[in-house]
Amino acid sequence: MTHGLVVLAQATVENNEFAQTLVDGVSFGAIYALLAMGFVIIFKATSVINFAHGALTGLGAFLVAAFATVLDFPGRYVTFLPEWAQWTLNVLTALVAAALIGVILERVFLRPMVGEALFAAAIVTLGLDIVVRTITNDWIGTNPRPLGAPWGLEVVDLGWVRIAWSEIVQIIVTVVLLAGIALFFRSRTGVAMRATAFDQETARAQGINVGRIFSVAWAIGALLAGVAGIFFSVFPRRATGVDPATAFIAFRAFPAVIIGGLDSIPGAVVGGFAIGIAEAAANSYLGFEFLGSGFPGIVGYLLMLVVLLIRPYGLFGTAEIRRV
Amino acid sequence: MRGRPLLHTSYEADQALLNTTAKRVMLGVFFLIVISIPFQIIPGLKFLGEDDWLRLLSTTAVFAIGALGLNILTGLAGQVSLGHSFFMGIGAYTAVWLGGAVGGPLIGLGLPIWVWLPAAGIVAALIGVAVGPTAVRVRGLYLAIVTLGLVFIGEYFFRNWNSLTGGSQVGRDFPRLQVRLWKEEVPIFDFTTPANWFGVEVSGVAKTFLLLAVFALVFTLLAKNLQRTRVGRAFMAIRDRDIAAEIMGVNEFAHKLLAFGISSFYAGIAGALLASFVTRVIPERWDLFLSVQFIAIILIGGAGTVTGAVLGSAFVVLLPRIVQNFTLWLQSVATEGDGILSSIANVFVATTPEDFGLVNTFAGVGPGLSVAQLNLVLYGLLIIGFLIFEPLGLYGIWLRIRNYWKGWPFTY
Repeated sequence: MTHGLVVLAQATVENNEFAQTLVDGVSFGAIYALLAMGFVIIFKATSVINFAHGALTGLGAFLVAAFATVLDFPGRYVTFLPEWAQWTLNVLTALVAAALIGVILERVFLRPMVGEALFAAAIVTLGLDIVVRTITNDWIGTNPRPLGAPWGLEVVDLGWVRIAWSEIVQIIVTVVLLAGIALFFRSRTGVAMRATAFDQETARAQGINVGRIFSVAWAIGALLAGVAGIFFSVFPRRATGVDPATAFIAFRAFPAVIIGGLDSIPGAVVGGFAIGIAEAAANSYLGFEFLGSGFPGIVGYLLMLVVLLIRPYGLFGTAEIRRV
Repeated sequence: MRGRPLLHTSYEADQALLNTTAKRVMLGVFFLIVISIPFQIIPGLKFLGEDDWLRLLSTTAVFAIGALGLNILTGLAGQVSLGHSFFMGIGAYTAVWLGGAVGGPLIGLGLPIWVWLPAAGIVAALIGVAVGPTAVRVRGLYLAIVTLGLVFIGEYFFRNWNSLTGGSQVGRDFPRLQVRLWKEEVPIFDFTTPANWFGVEVSGVAKTFLLLAVFALVFTLLAKNLQRTRVGRAFMAIRDRDIAAEIMGVNEFAHKLLAFGISSFYAGIAGALLASFVTRVIPERWDLFLSVQFIAIILIGGAGTVTGAVLGSAFVVLLPRIVQNFTLWLQSVATEGDGILSSIANVFVATTPEDFGLVNTFAGVGPGLSVAQLNLVLYGLLIIGFLIFEPLGLYGIWLRIRNYWKGWPFTY
């Protein structure tokens, strides 16, 4: 930040529109990718379509706001650390809390649905979405809750493209998380999760504690949703912070899952970035009068319909084998 | 065959719409009660004849029509759809295109109800069939998300097509429930204004309610009848095992399309009636929450049953009012009474911002949930609770009660 490269967000510099679109798209796509990945991990491990993912996003972001700015826990006990480290510690605590809530929700509301029809469990999550979202909104109250991120509104200007510091952090965190997930699937628990995804009963017969795998999957899903929620509630997106609309971000990430294929984790990442870039492109190039407002919001769904017409199981999804 | 209610001596009797005397009598009595509600005849039910309750009951009737449609698609044919509110929106806007006021800044042809109401259903059905091929190609959970996309795409169009829908957060007036021959000034029959029938004063709300109740009855009977036809049985076969159904000669593609069409027809009619009944609707009305409400109705009532769809509608529409009354009662107990009951109530309601309670009864934001939020949480919990504990819904509960008394005093 000592370089002259850093200017405030309000500065106007000649930009390369295409590169800027790409950067915006990739950084937004990273949010979708995180959401879609958590969604697919939950679906693969527990065969539950989680419509409550948006609620988990809002809840995670709210918890971060609560821990980081309102409670300042556990940052207030480690005052010898620099401020950004305190903030990071608070955020990590909040994410652990979010993951715990994910585990509890699964244990209480979805464990009884094991063995029921897939769509019945999906509808349970619809109900869960309403409950969690309403309670989160009540906690949020009327004003948005800022997250107090240390990088604030600062922007790196490379001349041909401008990147917010939060976007740089976000892309680094996303890459680390993607690598972490990839490594996780090579660990003992990860292999057990893959086995569970393949066949729950057989996995159980091999001595895998399937219930624990369910918990781990929901913990990961809730954590990724929380991270996505953070990055959706900071400067280039919504500088004001978490508000009731935060939860709706997940509804824009659903097509990412379908584009990639419901049961493909790489597919979710590809789909997430595809939708992010498509929305950014629609934002910069499709500013026609007749399109009205809110068109970028449905670009993902339109893309999804096109992909489904060509490949009914998404780009990387496995076709369902149907037996009589 | 007197005294042997379940002994049927002919195929017709076995397959009849109402195959026992008890069902026939109960339907008749139920309908008489419904018809008598606005006239406040039956003691104990007189409060239902008040205007606000009548409006809720009218909404119930409209929701029942919509729920019957979703029940055909989801309950009978087994296709999970979150796109029901989209088709309701299509119906409503078809109605307003054909029946809306002429000459204003917004589109409207001013045609009479006998044009716009059927057209609302037909256009919605056509769009359902047009969307069908994409939807039929994907199955199960993919379908749920495709139909979710339909809601968002539809809402986008509704919000932006200002000349038809009135624009985001503004909305427009919908055609009233008035019967005209063509475009004449004074309607032949007006369901929205008070009248004097054979010496009895009937308010506009009551007339609307009677009309909607009759509509609901007709559509209920049609839906019930569908279940015992070849098409209805084909739907159920597809729901239970689609490949097996195909092997038995059911054309899966055609029947799924048909299910989409019929369901959308119901949705279109329900959307047009709902918009017409509440008179002014914003485009955001046809959102995902409306679809989720219909899913909730189906599941709470009992998926795949006509009775369930009607019971579920009443439950979901009347629940907010009951919760509100209950909270008000708790509030009065907490503030005015004393003793154990009052202290219990005090735990649940917060009457001032400093007070602790699960529910706020004061205006503004506080630690507890507001009544509207409590309603939402209850919706969610009821959906979850019914799916976990009573998958057959209210119909399942009714079935158990009925079977208990059937064998009474024996337990089986």
